[in-house]
Amino acid sequence: MIGSTLRRVTPQLLILGVVLLMNLAVFPGFFTIEFQNGRLFGNLIDVLNRGAPVALLSIGMTLVIATKGIDLSVGAVMAIAGAVAASVVTGGAGWFTALLAALAAGLLCGLWNGILVAIFRVQPIVATLVLMVAGRGIAQLITEGKIMTFLNEGLIHLGAGTVAGVPTPILIWLAMGTLVTLIVRHTALGMLIESIGVNETASRLAGINSRVLLVTVYLVSGFCAALAGVIVAADIKGADANNAGLWMELDAILAVVIGGNSLLGGRFSIVASLLGALIIQSVNSVILLSGMPPEFNLVIKALIIIVILVIQSPTVKHALYLLRASAGSAVPDAKEMGRNAPSAKETRP
Amino acid sequence: MMRSPRLPLYITLATFLLAYAICASQYPSMLSTRVIANLLTDNAFLGITAVGMTFVILSGGIDLSVGSVIAFSGVFLAVILRDTSIHPLVAFALLLGITIAFGAAIGSIIHYLEMPPFIVTLAGMFLMRGLAYVLSTDSVPITHEFYDTLQGIYWKAPSGGRFRLIGGIMILCYVVAMLVLHRTRFGQNVYALGGNAATARLMGVPIARTTIGIYAIAGGLAGLAGIVYSIYTSAGYSLSTVGVELDAIAAVVIGGTLLTGGSGFVAGTFLGILIMGLIQTYIVFDGTLSSWWTKIVIGGLLFAFIMLQKALGWATTTRRRPALEFATRS
Repeated sequence: MIGSTLRRVTPQLLILGVVLLMNLAVFPGFFTIEFQNGRLFGNLIDVLNRGAPVALLSIGMTLVIATKGIDLSVGAVMAIAGAVAASVVTGGAGWFTALLAALAAGLLCGLWNGILVAIFRVQPIVATLVLMVAGRGIAQLITEGKIMTFLNEGLIHLGAGTVAGVPTPILIWLAMGTLVTLIVRHTALGMLIESIGVNETASRLAGINSRVLLVTVYLVSGFCAALAGVIVAADIKGADANNAGLWMELDAILAVVIGGNSLLGGRFSIVASLLGALIIQSVNSVILLSGMPPEFNLVIKALIIIVILVIQSPTVKHALYLLRASAGSAVPDAKEMGRNAPSAKETRP
Repeated sequence: MMRSPRLPLYITLATFLLAYAICASQYPSMLSTRVIANLLTDNAFLGITAVGMTFVILSGGIDLSVGSVIAFSGVFLAVILRDTSIHPLVAFALLLGITIAFGAAIGSIIHYLEMPPFIVTLAGMFLMRGLAYVLSTDSVPITHEFYDTLQGIYWKAPSGGRFRLIGGIMILCYVVAMLVLHRTRFGQNVYALGGNAATARLMGVPIARTTIGIYAIAGGLAGLAGIVYSIYTSAGYSLSTVGVELDAIAAVVIGGTLLTGGSGFVAGTFLGILIMGLIQTYIVFDGTLSSWWTKIVIGGLLFAFIMLQKALGWATTTRRRPALEFATRS
């Protein structure tokens, strides 16, 4: 189990190692971690901490993408969850009530997406687009158009506090990642989700309740987005309906793609996606630490996606397979062949 | 597929007329030519973008890069007019060349690497937005007498409405797009590709050329929209037009085009743009509503039209006899 996971995430670990070494090259003190004022300090901790929202989003997004779907609404859901938490807490309730309310809002958004996709059979891009467009408007409605600030210690602790010296966001995403990985990998759930992504009709005919599973993955995605939204709001002690989670859906998708998960659905690895999120954050860190203008951030990200797309594309994979087969060396494993299925685009029955 | 592909178009038209009637009954001055002229001027860049998006969606794809392409175009023009002395018309030609080549590159990646259009255009979106940042992070004003000339061109209606050049460019785009889609082989190929790519290939539709052409058109029109936007605002700013791709997609869907491709009309997209413009105008007229209602109403309309498409599709397929169904579904 652990051996196969390790083999699966080797490329991601290598990339992460290279990016971290680049960090070290531009900033020699990168790996030093200090313990001051009862909390850990250091650039490495920063990468883990700042990467928390994208890491959380990538957990839900991995499951959604494994079903051949996509969730564009996570950024807007983050804004909604942050707004709900802020408005509950300024209304006088405790931080735990606020957290529960925000999570409930996230689940509600996930349910909406899931019903559109699973029951009404709307393509995922379009179904989640509705909430992406309307979601920020709803968040604005909750915060009444202004940045809603709050001073509740408990809620702020979720984003800026520490538990035993470790920043809370790190613990939250690690816990969530472990929990979801255990649930999908120690039961048949993960395999059933993969089967929907490979061929939904066939899985349904084989007796898999694809509707319930589809709704579930969008619920998980909404839940993760709500957690991320609460963290981001708690970090700045305020809910910003316009900017909270802006572009985050793209970073989350990028993390999943860097994690080597196919956008065409099927086999997935949450660990790899989390590593993908850390890679993105480390790249951001290199750009900041090296003093390069942050304007290059997007260009570099774009180039990374394009390179990964080329490597992932069925055509290139097929060509590589032929190359290896004709060379007569190591026989390509069946796992990779399975993913070579030439499917030019999504065709729903 | 639907029994009458025109039905969604009629529903869009009815929605527009109904919305306009409601607006006009509350604020009679909404009927004035000034409002109509401003509706065209303010939505010109979005309208032009939506034409390209209609091509892409009709072919069964999606293009998320257009908003970034518009921002890039604005910054590119502003920077090139500030730093060099070349004439704006030359700059326009240069820009259109770049954006068409960019679109063609996107189309080639989608076709030859068999990747989903969604993720490829997402990469394109990052790339163009990033290039715009690299050119300049500030809002760069455009002060060229040629721009003043362009902004000064308008036709004044008897009752005071000023129909400006950029609104005219938008209408021209729609007319040309209609001719291309319905009167040329390329247009028929676009519909065929969106209807069913495998069937289209078997029918001898040149898939590669059509796909690349479609994304080149979308890129070129986004570049044109960028030119129009720079005339409209007299500036180039790398943070402008964030999310325009979503507005354009929304306009296409509200216009009755099937998101799975193969069915829809450019005229519907035009009506979609007008409906969205009307919502904004209404909010301005009302004065008490906040601008975020625009997003909620557009989201609601988007949802309503998606459901409408589903309902129509369901209603027409279940009534079909099995033999026919077998023949029409691949």
